[in-house]
Amino acid sequence: MESLDVKQKKINEEYQKYANSISPKSNTVTNCIMAFLVGGLICTIGQLISNIAKNYYNMNTEEASATTSITLILIAALLTGLGLYEKIGKRAGAGSVVPITGFSNSIVSPAMEHKREGYVMGIGAKMFSVAGPVLVYGITASVVVGLINYFFIK
Amino acid sequence: MAQNRIGGQTIVFNNNPPKIISRASIVGKKEGEGPLAEYFDKILEDDLWGEKTWEKAERRMFIETAQMILNRAKKEPTDINYLFAGDLLDQIISATFSARSLGIPYYGLYGACSSMTQTMSLGAAMIDGGYANHVLCVTSSHFCTAERQFRFPLEMGVQRPPTAQWTVTGAGGVLLSSSGEGPCITHATTGKVIDFGIKDANYMGAAMAPAAADTIKAHFEDTGRGPGDYDLIVTGDLAKYGRQLTIDLLKKEGYDIEDRYIDCGCEIYNEEQDVHAGASGCACSAVVLAGYLLKKIEDGELNRILIASTGALHSTISSQQGDSIPSIAHAIVIEKKG
Amino acid sequence: MDYIKAFITGGLICVIGQILIDKTNLTSARILVLFVTLGVVLTGLGIYEPIVEFGGAGATVPLPGFGYALAKGAIKGVKEKGILGAFSGGVMATAGGIAAAIVFGYLTAVLFDPKSKN
Repeated sequence: MESLDVKQKKINEEYQKYANSISPKSNTVTNCIMAFLVGGLICTIGQLISNIAKNYYNMNTEEASATTSITLILIAALLTGLGLYEKIGKRAGAGSVVPITGFSNSIVSPAMEHKREGYVMGIGAKMFSVAGPVLVYGITASVVVGLINYFFIK
Repeated sequence: MAQNRIGGQTIVFNNNPPKIISRASIVGKKEGEGPLAEYFDKILEDDLWGEKTWEKAERRMFIETAQMILNRAKKEPTDINYLFAGDLLDQIISATFSARSLGIPYYGLYGACSSMTQTMSLGAAMIDGGYANHVLCVTSSHFCTAERQFRFPLEMGVQRPPTAQWTVTGAGGVLLSSSGEGPCITHATTGKVIDFGIKDANYMGAAMAPAAADTIKAHFEDTGRGPGDYDLIVTGDLAKYGRQLTIDLLKKEGYDIEDRYIDCGCEIYNEEQDVHAGASGCACSAVVLAGYLLKKIEDGELNRILIASTGALHSTISSQQGDSIPSIAHAIVIEKKG
Repeated sequence: MDYIKAFITGGLICVIGQILIDKTNLTSARILVLFVTLGVVLTGLGIYEPIVEFGGAGATVPLPGFGYALAKGAIKGVKEKGILGAFSGGVMATAGGIAAAIVFGYLTAVLFDPKSKN
């Protein structure tokens, strides 16, 4: 029985290698250029918002940064609602996933999708199906960094 | 002794080969823009079809397809002995909720995208065995219901890799009958669950190709036939790369099917429709069979075909737990008789 | 000048994400988690601060920047409030963004329906 498993395993490995060899790879160069341009553009818009907040509303760096985040999250939420963020994402890949706008999209899209399952267990519960893990790991890591600072660095 | 069995996996319908006396297909907007548009009975202008949810829209396609099939054969639901049906959603809600409306004795089957030939195999056996006069077989799938269950929310901005497939929005079905006029089902080869360890849910063609090849090979061995005995060999939804893998796997076994082989997943959409590798879903082989292939058989352009719908039998949970994708393919032979 | 720096820094961070998506089959959800956590760790190690000083919004708008804000908040919290700050600092610094995402996410979901895709 064991030799049969070993034999099947070998067949599987060979098959997987072959299946991968005939499938086209994602066009990483084009994808990276698109990601660079779109990601860069989103950040430049962020810089613009931040500069306006600092120069015209006399905010300090932290306040300006929070304002930038909130504004970008609002824009991305609207674009998602209008069905445009998905169209951008199809071309831009990581360029529209990695900026904070991607975080917004990951909250809005499941919330919209599950509206038909109700306002509590649909929108309310599913909103964080993708973004929840981001908060879990981000906040946990930040507490760890804080504790390390408290015990070892302070 | 089971006298109608040949070989390990095949049955022959010797007693009273079931005839396909009626058929219908409904597809979504995108499918209606593809090369087979003229063969489908109804094309939706909007994939929500005025319903409140995608799931309800899928059910409505299912029910209207069933009714269209019955109307064409001038039958009432009470004339039908069995409904064999399946779809992709959890607890096969499209088939079951539609069966509630149709009021026909019902067996719900799950074979993922292999549902079309799965339901037809069992329906055919019921008729040939003398247990039924009329059996209705219908399957459906919907891009928006499948996407949210198996992948991401619709509005999430993610890139699809080149091997990804596009779930067909549509419903297709046939009415099998012990009497009447129409193409016959002569054989059914039941597939085994095959798994060559592919885990990538964005490369279903590769996961399902070994199952397709295994079933086709078993069919040839059981019947003593070869590719030359068929005008066309058809698989369900392997798409571009899965089709190539099936050709290669069968070549290794000594069968060259390339010159008479199509995959339904490669036929529904144009290259320009941005679907990547091709189509998938229960409706993929269902609408191509009910719309296109059976028409070609009725018109005499095809005399005998072997069609194997292919299904990937994973769930979102098994995928998240790191399991590979087990697959299956069921083959049936359809022949123009008389 | 700060616009060009933001463009290049932000663009490059996204390119790293794109390479990860294409080469490793990581889903975008995992990329998001990875980048935020990475931002926290790099900030804790003092590596991300110089990137922010150079790139401005180019470093704070991508998700490692969210991690940066979390970690910086936690460190600041520890300085001001001791061990309590380790817990409250991160969330406090990012509260605006998180609340905005929840509120705008909710409103958008109430107002709009998903569209079928072509």
